[in-house]
Amino acid sequence: MSGDDAMGDVAFRGTLGAFTLDVAFTFPMRGITALFGPSGCGKTTILRCMAGLQNLPGCLAIGRDIWQDSDRRTFLKPHRRPVGYVLQEASLFPHLSVRGNLRFGLRRSGKRESDHALRFDDVVALLGIGPLLGRGTATLSGGERQRVAIGRALLSQPQLLLMDEPLAALDSMTKDEIIPYLETLQKTLHMPMVYVSHDIAEVARLADRIVVLSNGRKIADGPVTTVWEKLDLQSAIDRAEAGVILAVRVVRHDTAFRLTYLDHHGQELAIPMVDRAPGSTLRIRILARDVSLAIERPSGISIRNVLAGIIRDIIEEPETAHAEVLIDLGGAVVRSSVTRASVAELNLAPGHAVFAMVKSIAFDKLSLNLGLAGPD
Amino acid sequence: MLEGSDIWPPVRLTLQLAATTTVVLLILGTPIAWWLARSRQRWKEGVAAVVALPLVLPPTVIGFYLLLALGPDGPGGWVAGLFGGRSLAFTFEGLVIGSVVYSMPFVVQPIRNAFEAFGDRPLEVAATLRATPWDRFWTVAVPLARPGFLTAAVLGFAHTVGEFGVVLMIGGNIPDETKVLSVAIYDYVETLQWAQAHILAVGMLVFSFLVIVAVMTVDRRLKRGGS
Repeated sequence: MSGDDAMGDVAFRGTLGAFTLDVAFTFPMRGITALFGPSGCGKTTILRCMAGLQNLPGCLAIGRDIWQDSDRRTFLKPHRRPVGYVLQEASLFPHLSVRGNLRFGLRRSGKRESDHALRFDDVVALLGIGPLLGRGTATLSGGERQRVAIGRALLSQPQLLLMDEPLAALDSMTKDEIIPYLETLQKTLHMPMVYVSHDIAEVARLADRIVVLSNGRKIADGPVTTVWEKLDLQSAIDRAEAGVILAVRVVRHDTAFRLTYLDHHGQELAIPMVDRAPGSTLRIRILARDVSLAIERPSGISIRNVLAGIIRDIIEEPETAHAEVLIDLGGAVVRSSVTRASVAELNLAPGHAVFAMVKSIAFDKLSLNLGLAGPD
Repeated sequence: MLEGSDIWPPVRLTLQLAATTTVVLLILGTPIAWWLARSRQRWKEGVAAVVALPLVLPPTVIGFYLLLALGPDGPGGWVAGLFGGRSLAFTFEGLVIGSVVYSMPFVVQPIRNAFEAFGDRPLEVAATLRATPWDRFWTVAVPLARPGFLTAAVLGFAHTVGEFGVVLMIGGNIPDETKVLSVAIYDYVETLQWAQAHILAVGMLVFSFLVIVAVMTVDRRLKRGGS
């Protein structure tokens, strides 16, 4: 137990049928911590244990409060834990109106309304659900239901918000409708969140820290930008999705060609124009498959983004044509997925200088972190 | 054409018996249904079978055992002794006890089904919103199971109105005390008073039809996702 005011300390070890969970990690009580991994890796089980809905042997401390310590037979019942829990399906109470749903947790928060950090009117305004208050839950759209569910969780005055794939059941347009609300929530309320997801784009856009899980075990954790560089994430991510996240600064816009120029540790990148002021920071995702390598600075090609770097590591995948090359850009790392034949032909080896070529098109809109400043 | 005094006492008594039985059944049946729906005990299906037994047992068999239990030498007689009586058999109170046993499955089953239909999810959500178990039961489980309670109340009431075998065994035929509708009809037929029998029988027919319509309406609303 860290006993740290500003940390959550999680450790669970136990079996559920044929599934074994054995994880331990800490997270700061600010920002968004993502539990990331394929379905069946145990991320939802961890969240249920944190909410007290499931009791696996282990320890859980939130700040100075101990919610569970199996060695001392301490287990706080779910209704005594100040968490907000948001599920994939909104699970609104069908017998209550939107207002009734929102007030359900508010009335049970154990605090007087004047002491509430999150006031009814503020939360309603923040989530834009004012016009829905008098309605029943059956007529709401998927996005509206999820916003009401988030509002209901917030109004129970939680110390910590647990989100179990809150966007997974929504189509991509509705997702884009909800994500800005989550970002606003983060910016204005400073509500710490543990966010379960199997969607890389979502994690890249929202999370500050990430815990990567596979088969009930933690395989990596840390700030999202550094964890992504590690090659051993491959067991959790299929090759098409492998990549890195870079924190960059907006330098200027080229309105004639509709491009935005970004600075990354002195090197320039161009992406299709985004609506962000020069000087602001944002995070971009570069997939390994969109990065190709050259041993001299290339000329006469259409690719605009050429980054100079030094090869840090090469991992050849035995029995396949593929190899992953890790290129140090002087501060950050990009990954490139190339063939083993190219590695041999270009005589690539750790320590060699290379040029990483990134197609502009690789900066897809979803991977742009439009709402949050970078972690630095 | 007929003086009402003959016909109305059994009707009044029947409605009184059915109403009392329904209230007692809802009070006793709800916790049983809740336990059957939520418990993970392996022997709960044994309890469920005991509750369901009146569905298949001949009413006369139930009536026979109830007669022994309620009589002067059974526990019913002991209870009656506390209030200065000799036996619960052939009393209104005895009829209520018999009706509760006999109609129990018709009340427990719909409520249990309703409790099972909405699953763990709403209760877990309520728990994360700080609702205690008692609070969750009253503010989430009961409202969500409302159609089940309606069906249970209607079936429990109607089944009590219609019972005959058990009543005959433990209630006998005492006017204003145990002479209920079904027994009165039997009586009229025995004594060849066909007109009176007709009036009561038609009344029961209409009543039964309305009950079926009511249950079906509730069922349909339940399937459409409630209110």
